[in-house]
Amino acid sequence: MNVLSKVLALGALSVIAACTNNDPSALGGGGGNGGIGSIVPGSPSDPRSPAYFQQTVGDRVLFAVDQSTLSPEAQTVLQGQADWLLANPDFVATIEGHADEQGTREYNLALGARRANAAREYLISRGVAGSRLNTVSYGKERPIEICSTEECYSKNRRAVTVLTGSTLG
Amino acid sequence: MMKLLTSLFVGLTLMSAPVYAQNGPLRLELDEGIIEPLPFAVPDFVPDSPAAAQFAQDISRVVAADLTGTGLFREISSDAFISRVSSFEAPVQFADWKAINADALVTGAVNVSGQKLTVRFRVWDVFSGQELGNGLQLAGTTEGWRRMAHKVADQVYSRITGEGGYFDSRVAFVSESGPKDQRLKRLAIMDYDGANVQYMTDSAAIVLAPRFSPTGDRLLYTSYESGSPRIYVTEVGRPKPRELKTQDGTMSFSPRFSPDGRSIVYSLIQGGNTDLWKMDIASGQSTRLTNTPAIETAPSYSPDGSRIVFESDRSGTPQLYVMAANGGEATRISFGAGRYGTPVWSPRGDLIAFTKQNQGRFHIGVMRIDGSEERLLTASFLDEGPTWSPNGRVIMFTRETQGASGRASLYSVDISGRNLRPVRTPDGGSDPSWGPLQN
Repeated sequence: MNVLSKVLALGALSVIAACTNNDPSALGGGGGNGGIGSIVPGSPSDPRSPAYFQQTVGDRVLFAVDQSTLSPEAQTVLQGQADWLLANPDFVATIEGHADEQGTREYNLALGARRANAAREYLISRGVAGSRLNTVSYGKERPIEICSTEECYSKNRRAVTVLTGSTLG
Repeated sequence: MMKLLTSLFVGLTLMSAPVYAQNGPLRLELDEGIIEPLPFAVPDFVPDSPAAAQFAQDISRVVAADLTGTGLFREISSDAFISRVSSFEAPVQFADWKAINADALVTGAVNVSGQKLTVRFRVWDVFSGQELGNGLQLAGTTEGWRRMAHKVADQVYSRITGEGGYFDSRVAFVSESGPKDQRLKRLAIMDYDGANVQYMTDSAAIVLAPRFSPTGDRLLYTSYESGSPRIYVTEVGRPKPRELKTQDGTMSFSPRFSPDGRSIVYSLIQGGNTDLWKMDIASGQSTRLTNTPAIETAPSYSPDGSRIVFESDRSGTPQLYVMAANGGEATRISFGAGRYGTPVWSPRGDLIAFTKQNQGRFHIGVMRIDGSEERLLTASFLDEGPTWSPNGRVIMFTRETQGASGRASLYSVDISGRNLRPVRTPDGGSDPSWGPLQN
């Protein structure tokens, strides 16, 4: 149990890290010219943009080894996602479930599906229509961190909410 | 052809029993555990014409490599030869082969006529000076010379061990390239020894875990080409993948053929939960086999089709279970420390190979079908996904190395735990599926 709570604490730290550590190419350009208060549409400063969702709201939640239960930190992130999705009803999302490389390919595929579904169910419980939320499991096929230590594993055990476009096209 | 040969061989063994009365015929009893490999010699087969020279040499080399690769045989280098074999028909100088301690001798001749390749060979028990089985002639094409060599080696193997061979077989696998976080995967098929690799898909979509049909004519695999994991079937000869459709909104993976090749058992993910289902391939009709909130995956049929072994975490950790092929109550068979996955029933029906994860290490192991006599054959950072050779003597699996530069490759190991060897592939490799002996 001690190990588990440590892992959970580490997971919480990583949630914060993940929010500030995204690929710069995904920022949507834009920066620099806007004065205080001006918002470049589509940039991370535009609260209606996918970039804002990804970076400020937080597009991912992390899980303990073998687990698909949502930590309090994960629930906070998902609450933010739900609020955003409710405020931006044109968007639909695919929730990608992932696992670390420990475990067989088959088990990890099933585990990734559990994680994606846990995130989806939480968003639905906060009022997001299920029809807007797809899930897919990648198991251990798409790690974002490639070292073979817990530091990387903790970031790979994730469910990522990917905005896949607007329902209005 | 195989059946005929086997019966010929059995007949000959019985007939020659009196001849070998003192020591018995040359025979490796695999179940007794082979400690000392049996020394053999394969002098280059005799070409009937200059056009056959290269084939004769190459075929002899592949025969020798097949036998040596089992770990059961040790080749005596041609440097040690006293006799040269310059004619297939000439009497064998047994004293010369005894003197260099060759227990078995394989002689052969190769004829090429246009695209047609003919191989004749004999297997000799050097100690008794007798032929082991009957001389045999195989006909094929020059293009298929490696297969002819594998067939010769299969004959030698089965005449000396009394068991079926596995050299003239193919392996489907996933060819892997690129770094861990951008890995490209292609479905591929090759000879069991890594030769003749052919790619069946490009790397546009993730592909996983191909599975041969019982006769080797078709492959099942999982692909993300639709965006989520789904099961496809394709013919091996004419790759034209077709999705085996499941209900909308589901994901499906981990398929395996039934022994009659008419249906598949697979994992279906619905609402985050993974259960086992069965599908009739012709009608596309699916029926549910398990119904629990636990993960049920990696199903594999017993060779008679009556039972299914699979992995479930219903006890809290992944363990192995056996149930009737139609579903119903399942019996847990794994009880050791650690987590068990990817069980595969052996073609002989007596053993189950599995992946085990314990204390941060992965193992390939085997146990009896009731879970007794568990033996771990390998240990590494990550070993998984065993597949059986057609004769149930060898297991091929995926080994992945750790760290940022981690790479997946194929290995094989004897079920005795000896003879761990890499299987060479052009790029990385994973998820092997060993097909049947070819006709």
